[in-house]
Amino acid sequence: MEGNLNMVGYGLAAIGPGVGIGLIFAAYINGVARQPEARGVLQGIAILGFALAEALAIIGIGLAFVL
Amino acid sequence: MHLVSVAQAAEEEFQAPGPGDFEFPPLFGEGTFFTKPMLIIVLGTLAVGALFYLASRRATLVPAKAQFAGESVYGFVRNGIVGDTIGRDGRKFVPYLTTLFCFLVVLNVAGIIPVLQLPATSKIGIPLVLALISWAIFNYVGIRRHGFVGYFKAMMFPPGLPKPIYVLLAPLEFLSTVIIRPITLTLRLTLNMFAGHLVLLLTVLGGEYLLVEKGGALAFLSVVPFAFSIVLTFFEAFVQVLQAYVFVLLSALYIAGALADEH
Repeated sequence: MEGNLNMVGYGLAAIGPGVGIGLIFAAYINGVARQPEARGVLQGIAILGFALAEALAIIGIGLAFVL
Repeated sequence: MHLVSVAQAAEEEFQAPGPGDFEFPPLFGEGTFFTKPMLIIVLGTLAVGALFYLASRRATLVPAKAQFAGESVYGFVRNGIVGDTIGRDGRKFVPYLTTLFCFLVVLNVAGIIPVLQLPATSKIGIPLVLALISWAIFNYVGIRRHGFVGYFKAMMFPPGLPKPIYVLLAPLEFLSTVIIRPITLTLRLTLNMFAGHLVLLLTVLGGEYLLVEKGGALAFLSVVPFAFSIVLTFFEAFVQVLQAYVFVLLSALYIAGALADEH
């Protein structure tokens, strides 16, 4: 078998941000379901949180290729 | 790029796409410097310029098509991004952020435009320069608003905390604001485009490998990766626009943070 162990490491590292992003959007959906008028405000916050959590996964894939 | 003769192809192993697929030779032969990402930047600049030229050429009270398109983008950035983050002070940053948004959308979406099919922002140099411009702007306006000492004091020493905390907080805040912010801004955009393009390459090349080089019964299986490549192309379109939005949103937030008065 050929391949790079880095990619296995990246797969493990992506679990954390994956769970984090799931929680963020779960909270967003909950919020919109409870108060549909708040959608516009919540959307910006949700995407911001998503971007910040995703940065971890993105740094992971960068390091997986670079290291 | 992946043209191989049929005889060779029979024994050829599947070559998974990697970072090497993002290296482009000069377009006009050896010795010239003009590569495909540069071509995409030039085309993207022309496209954004053309949009705003057409939008503002004959501005009327009742907008025509081009003017409506331009005003929609401008209005989206002004109300949807700047209005929610910076507020009233943000008016003078709207032109920069609008241009940034359009430029990034065009460069990102070049990844799914036939013939071009490369998100130019997957080359790190482009997001890096844009992130440095945003970095310079938010530091500049912060220093102008609060003064040099005041800016760093507001950043590193937010009031109302127990004294010992500052030993930990001050260096962390400095690091996160001045050094980490431009880096994450750059890497987020670059690697999103990089990873997305890699996944598209993988599905298309995998399908092509099954269809052309394996042949036989496996050729029918190539339907699966090709179908995935179509689905992922739409997903990429979404991610590309979303990442342009995120880049601009974060730039606006950083400016808002630099402008904010001490609490």
